[in-house]
Amino acid sequence: MNEIIESVKNLSIGFNSQKGKQISILRNVSTNIKKGETVGIVGESGSGKSTLALAMMGYIKQGLFPLKGECLFKSEDLLKMSSRKLEKIRGRKIAMIPQNAGQALTPNLKIGYQIDEALRLHTDLNKTDRNKKISELLNKVRLPSPETMAFRYPHELSGGQQQRVAVAMALAGKPDLLLLDEPTTGLDVTTQAHVLELLRFIAKDTGTSMIYVSHDLGAIAQVSDRIVVMYAGEIVLEGPARKILKEPIHPYTYGLLKSIPKLSLAGLPASMPGSQPQPGSVNKGCSFYDRCNLATDHCKKNSPELEQIKELDTNVRCFNHKELINQNNNLQTSITKKSNNSEAIEVLKLKDVSISYAKQKFFDQLLNKISDQNPTVKDINIDIKKGETIALVGESGSGKSTILKSIAGLLKTKDGQIKFENDRILSSDLKMRNPNDLRAIQLIFQNPDESLNPNHTVEQILSQPLKLYFNLSGAELKKNIIDLLKKVRLGEFYMSRYPRQLSGGEKQRVAVARAFAAKPDIILCDEVTSALDVSVQAAVLNLLQQLKEDLGTTYVFVSHDLAVVRAISDRVAVLYQGRLCEIGPSQNVYKFPSHPYTEVLLGAVLEPDPDIKPKLVAEDIVEEKPPEKGCPFQGRCPRKIGDICNSEVPPWQIGENGNAIRCHINIEELESLQQ
Amino acid sequence: MLLLILKRIGLGLITLFIVSLITFVGVEVLPGDACTTYLEREAYGAALDACIKRLGLDIPAYERYLGWASNVVRGDFGYSLSGEMPINEVLGPRVKNSLVLASVSILIGIPLAIILGIITALWRDKLPDIVISTITIFSMTIPEFISATLLILIVAIWLGWLPGIVIIPSDATFYELLSNIILPVVAISMIMTAHMARMVRSSVIQVMASDYVQMAILKGVPYWKMVFRHVLPNALLPAINVVALTIAWLLGGVVVTEVVFNYPGLGRLVIESISNRDLPVVQALAIILASIYVGINLIADLMTLMLNPRLKSLQIRK
Repeated sequence: MNEIIESVKNLSIGFNSQKGKQISILRNVSTNIKKGETVGIVGESGSGKSTLALAMMGYIKQGLFPLKGECLFKSEDLLKMSSRKLEKIRGRKIAMIPQNAGQALTPNLKIGYQIDEALRLHTDLNKTDRNKKISELLNKVRLPSPETMAFRYPHELSGGQQQRVAVAMALAGKPDLLLLDEPTTGLDVTTQAHVLELLRFIAKDTGTSMIYVSHDLGAIAQVSDRIVVMYAGEIVLEGPARKILKEPIHPYTYGLLKSIPKLSLAGLPASMPGSQPQPGSVNKGCSFYDRCNLATDHCKKNSPELEQIKELDTNVRCFNHKELINQNNNLQTSITKKSNNSEAIEVLKLKDVSISYAKQKFFDQLLNKISDQNPTVKDINIDIKKGETIALVGESGSGKSTILKSIAGLLKTKDGQIKFENDRILSSDLKMRNPNDLRAIQLIFQNPDESLNPNHTVEQILSQPLKLYFNLSGAELKKNIIDLLKKVRLGEFYMSRYPRQLSGGEKQRVAVARAFAAKPDIILCDEVTSALDVSVQAAVLNLLQQLKEDLGTTYVFVSHDLAVVRAISDRVAVLYQGRLCEIGPSQNVYKFPSHPYTEVLLGAVLEPDPDIKPKLVAEDIVEEKPPEKGCPFQGRCPRKIGDICNSEVPPWQIGENGNAIRCHINIEELESLQQ
Repeated sequence: MLLLILKRIGLGLITLFIVSLITFVGVEVLPGDACTTYLEREAYGAALDACIKRLGLDIPAYERYLGWASNVVRGDFGYSLSGEMPINEVLGPRVKNSLVLASVSILIGIPLAIILGIITALWRDKLPDIVISTITIFSMTIPEFISATLLILIVAIWLGWLPGIVIIPSDATFYELLSNIILPVVAISMIMTAHMARMVRSSVIQVMASDYVQMAILKGVPYWKMVFRHVLPNALLPAINVVALTIAWLLGGVVVTEVVFNYPGLGRLVIESISNRDLPVVQALAIILASIYVGINLIADLMTLMLNPRLKSLQIRK
């Protein structure tokens, strides 16, 4: 058990900047991987974690080069090895499971061929044995009907299935060490929990060592024995998983853990100020100095070394770590939201809204309607009160963004009405809406990289809605822009910046400012934090809450992340296949009794705590279309009671505490089943 | 799949029908008619009457169109005024010559372009890329009438190795043709190969940067195997349409090159019949060139469909 498989020694990797300066993105990294051990490498984007993982396979991305140090695999340096020799190690001794299997599988080759390729390269099996082995591997990763699966192309599989194929391919060469680069990022929550469970099983079953790279402490907590925390290209904390997650003694890890929204906690997570320094910008002192609340003058001038703490079996890079040891009971706290003084006025009503992506047939075009018996989104009834935050939750394909687009007027509804202020019907066609309605409903997109025009400065971006809706110009325009920036806590000097000069969190702040420039009544938030790092996510969530408390805006918040929704929303609507399953005040939706789908979703959430294991209650099948009749969740429901689920749409039942559940099972019975 | 092919062929036929209408109407609306245009100052009396009779200009236009179109479908393009013989006899040797020139250029140019494109991409920014890319960009930028003239000057006049202009009898054997077309082929290939090599290069570079190529490397696939299995099939797929357009361009006659080398192909026939004001031949050529473009593009589309598993299953599912 204590045999070391791979050891990284004083590794630095960098690139040459345009000015000819050498800039390192990995600095002096040393760590050991023991046999049979799973090591989680965690860090936010830009921390160098992927670079480190790839270097451990002797692979350095184009443009980068090793500055010093070595990666020893069985006492041979992978970084100095010939490519001939590396080919014999990659896939055979060290195998990789990539982040996005959909893009990492070659599109023109059948998946059977791609697995066979690994077998041909790394085993001596003959053709028939290899074919047998392919079925065996596909079976092992729990793919349905392995025989026919081998003859399919990557694009014919769902995201979860593609990831499983990648796992099967990595296992083909019976490697000693498996490298997993964000293997579940981008998968749905339930699929992610299933893939993680599979990986844990494989680690136990084969005794393979694993290096699990992720930004997601929840996923890391589920699989790792040991955790390495990276920040700005350095290891800042390293130790046993439980110790790191429960008693982090580095201020960054502490802050990171506090900024993760948790299912068990209502209220907003605490955010860390600032963002990670750019590579090459820290010359002396601790790289975390700017964001640290324990920092002293000593930290500014001196760089801390990785210090070993024998009694905790932990390495830490901090001068003041002792101060944290007694603070750890504070990890389980959050910022309480001001209770929303939502008046009973309803600002937006969705009445029997159905939306279809079906192509209009010729005849329908003449009549200007869509005939689709089984539309993507069907019979949505939601009344949204002034000043509340209502969240739409569901996995991909649940229709949550579709509904948002319809409210914004970007997608025509098939049936039903969207009513705004005093029951006035809003046209679902953007061109038919009057300018004031357009101003009143604003949208913030998921990815600020794509929603901000790269050729406009922040000033130009923010001046557009101000000019359009309020006809401002000159000094008044400028004053308003500065006010807006102040609201999202950006300084005046940001006005002349271009989006590419901002960090991810700053960009999203500009996007928020742009939405608020219109002085809207309702803001539609489409996965606004999912492209951001956790520490930044917490800051954006807090900002949104603050703005709402100050200005009384109503949010419709779409997210796949149940913990984020728990943190920000007052009310939650759970959607499956474009149909509502459950709706109610958030504290009640997160409590039993729940709709079986809500139960599945809640069970699959990964908490950054090794003691809370996900509960996998339903298969992670992907359904392409909602069923023609009956309950929309019939195909995956773990509590299905019989034919009635297939034939009849379940009735709404209202629980004691005001949340409505659409299920055939009696609500009291559900509660007793779920206890 | 079959339905799709039929649909595509149907669309192609509609395109051709429209082209035929446009060329016919185009000739109709010109001042005068085919005979007055051709005969110019002699357009009177018996010569004009004979010509009108010969071309059937005395019957109404729509009837003439129907007659002309049905003949074209049967492969009869009518009568050439300047050659004073059926157009088919004029076309025959020209089509053959163009085919020979095009196929030799294609056989040399396309493989060469693909190889050069791959080499420049795999050794990107290294010596082979720098040398080849410089040459390709150079030959891309020189217009063909200059490169052709330079070739004649150097190879034919100074060195005297090859004939400067092509003089071939209409019954020349393939071998005789071959020695005559070396210079035109070089002139054409220079520009065609350069364009295609640049395209292949960028396509290969793009695929080399993809996640699945990195995955293949990390799977331990040896370099060349990776290039042939994982890179090229995906990189060359988008090249099919460009190759098709190039082939169509070649078959349709490379006008400038043919004129410089005095090569009796379709391209020069276009120029000749226009300057002779031989409208029936111009009409026939328009239809033939349009058919070549439509046909080759159809083949390219179908090939892309067959080779790209993604598109294939998408179509089947629909």
